Amino acid sequence: MSESQSQTIAPAAGGPETPEPQPRRRFTAKSLLSGSIGRNLGLILALAALFAVGAITAGDRFTNIDNILVIVRLASIIGVISIGMTFVIIGGGIDLSVGSVMGLASVVATLSAIQAAADNSTWLVMVFTALAVGLAAGFLNGFVIAYGKVVAFMATLAMLVAARGLAEILANRQTQVVRIPEFIDFMNSDLLGVDMLIWIFVLVAVAGWILLNRTTFGRRTVAIGGNREAARLAGIAVRRHTMYLYAITGLTAGIAAVMILGRTTAGTSTHGTLYELDAIAAVVVGGTLLAGGRGTITGTVFGVLIFATLTNVFTQNNLSTSVQAVAKGVIIVVAVLLQQRFAGQGSKSQ
Amino acid sequence: MTGISKNFSGVQALKNVDLEIVAGEVHCILGQNGAGKSTLIKTLAGAHLPDSGTIEWNGEPVSLHSPQDAIELGIATMYQELDVVDGLTIAENIFLGHELSLGGVLRTGEANERTRRLLERLGHGDLAPSREVGSLSAANKQIVSMARALSHDTRLIIMDEPSAVLDGEEVKNLFRVVRELTSAGIAVVYITHRLEEIREIGDRITVLKDGSSTANGLDVSETPTSELIRRMTGREVENVFPAATPIPDDAPLALEVQGLSLDGVFHDVDFTVRAGEIVGLAGLVGSGRSEILETIYGARRASSGTVRANGRRLRRGSVRDAVRAGIGLSPEERKSQGLLLDEPIFRNVTLSSFTRFARGGFVDERRERRIAAEQIDALELRPADPDRPARTLSGGNQQKILLARWLVNRTSVLLLDEPTRGVDVGARAEIYALIRELAANGDAVVVVSSEIEEVLGLADTVLVVGDGRILTTVKSDQIDEHQVLDLVMKGTAA
Repeated sequence: MSESQSQTIAPAAGGPETPEPQPRRRFTAKSLLSGSIGRNLGLILALAALFAVGAITAGDRFTNIDNILVIVRLASIIGVISIGMTFVIIGGGIDLSVGSVMGLASVVATLSAIQAAADNSTWLVMVFTALAVGLAAGFLNGFVIAYGKVVAFMATLAMLVAARGLAEILANRQTQVVRIPEFIDFMNSDLLGVDMLIWIFVLVAVAGWILLNRTTFGRRTVAIGGNREAARLAGIAVRRHTMYLYAITGLTAGIAAVMILGRTTAGTSTHGTLYELDAIAAVVVGGTLLAGGRGTITGTVFGVLIFATLTNVFTQNNLSTSVQAVAKGVIIVVAVLLQQRFAGQGSKSQ
Repeated sequence: MTGISKNFSGVQALKNVDLEIVAGEVHCILGQNGAGKSTLIKTLAGAHLPDSGTIEWNGEPVSLHSPQDAIELGIATMYQELDVVDGLTIAENIFLGHELSLGGVLRTGEANERTRRLLERLGHGDLAPSREVGSLSAANKQIVSMARALSHDTRLIIMDEPSAVLDGEEVKNLFRVVRELTSAGIAVVYITHRLEEIREIGDRITVLKDGSSTANGLDVSETPTSELIRRMTGREVENVFPAATPIPDDAPLALEVQGLSLDGVFHDVDFTVRAGEIVGLAGLVGSGRSEILETIYGARRASSGTVRANGRRLRRGSVRDAVRAGIGLSPEERKSQGLLLDEPIFRNVTLSSFTRFARGGFVDERRERRIAAEQIDALELRPADPDRPARTLSGGNQQKILLARWLVNRTSVLLLDEPTRGVDVGARAEIYALIRELAANGDAVVVVSSEIEEVLGLADTVLVVGDGRILTTVKSDQIDEHQVLDLVMKGTAA
């Protein structure tokens, strides 16, 4: 395709002008500040502060590399879900069902029939089952929201309740142990000294970053979240795209189910309880606007890491989970307040 | 009240602007977007503090640190965006922020009574104070806004483009109210783009250009229009509307609309547009003119009838199909329907076409930027920076983004709904010239505008729309403004 396909009107005055040189992106201190580092500056500082607190209060126990890996490992499952959630929220929606879809996927993947099939062929059968359950639930959410015009909050709240219930029925309120050693071995192996769970998180985050920033899919997501009507009138298939967004959160819930099966070696309907709230908190703390139209994957990754580090610092200092919860709440409010300050500079100039 | 004099020199927005307002006058402030009108009135309203300069009120120097200070002095402001709360009643809106209460308990009865008196004074005694504002038309919301301004002991009302959302008839009522206010000794600062309104309502006029005043307190009746335009733009604008170019007889039909109906809104709309032709739809707000455009475009699903673009029959209610067939719509509400305000210009320009600049689903931003830069050049879009957020542009330049969007998409049928709403006079002439050039290049254009003059000046063929029907189809040089108005009124009454 060549540029000649777009029509231009001849400039009103004068003959042919030499085309202006491409504006090169220069990396000055200012451009960096207004660029991705600047946008995430608050998050970087917050994370650094948490690390400082951890290093001072727990010393070597906190700063050694194994503990750092523990933190990222802790973050990885919520992290994967948060990546999916980032897309839905940028697109102007919300998905409350991720946690219970994850639970459902973990139960379905460990049903004895599925495990028997996996035993006879390959453990990937379990993986694909979990992913398929997540995708299916996501598509159903998306269909009801995009074509049934049900408010996302309500549609996914219904899915939250229903998926959890279905998981309980299927599992008969029992914990289903994974009996495929190859699967457990693979999930608990490491590559270059880094856990498989962390690799999965990194992979999903990188894929999410590319999808959001470099593809037409990402561009449509931002357009729909930023101005749904303008996107529609520009010829973007808004409803179909909305459905895909929920399919993405469903898929990430499926991936998270695989991860938690590997970590706990069991499927149960209680997996993923309240994960939706942690994921939403991480996304919003990461600077994504709840109203949609703006947000970053990098921000979400920082958001997830901040919460995981916080938990770790508290655990290292033997503080109770109740204290942790209070601190989490404070962090959410402070982070959102800071984000508003930073965001406000960009858009309220006029 | 002897008047206010003010002059202050900000770094960019305003440079040593003087403004003197006399009690009982309508003082118009004219200027292109970005000339500093908004900054000036915000200073007067107490929303901005001047960097230097003084404000005197009745001969006494005052400093306005907050909108509350201004209100206490008797300066009320009606902002351009109707700042009313839809979920509250008229009375609640009017007394918002200074509720009538007795020991914390709202005195609803008293508020309603005083609201009724205010509305009566504005000639709208028919509006019930307990009515919810969300159910009112834009014109009536403005009345509420005005009543709120009057609910204080107001000596000066600032109106920022009050006519932008109003129809011909509603503007007349607005003017009547303004005259009543001034005859009661209240001063009105009236901000507008429309020169003809200044002629009708203004006493004196201050013109701003690039943050400086180029005319101070000129007498409206003694200043010719060309003089005002020159002071506002710094150049001569001889003829606002470009000359029509003849359409070749063998020009193909680009758009064919047959028997198009939308239940309860319009019915049996037939017309065709040839390549190179500009067709204008004239009619009142609510006549169905915008809906006709939106239905052609597929944004609304027609109840019957067909639309063909370049010979291809379009699927009903499918915007994507219309876009693929080469139709582009520039919607009535530029900001809420057309633009991603926080996104850079180039992404707005390529919103309909970025898929074409992508390889295997990966967008090519460098190429997008380059193509947007070409359009910025061709359309003289300012500022010429593809990375600037759309929000920061003036109305005229935002309109150019939408035109550029469809140019990039190789659109051959352009539907333009109110292409110059909120666009100042200088930029209007540019937009008109662009539209004419597009037609001369072989595009078919349909223009909807509430300004009959604009339709007549721009279009080759005029369709007069009233009461959901096309009343007349006529060459634009065979009809004048009064005849159109006459038709429109009759059609609506029938």
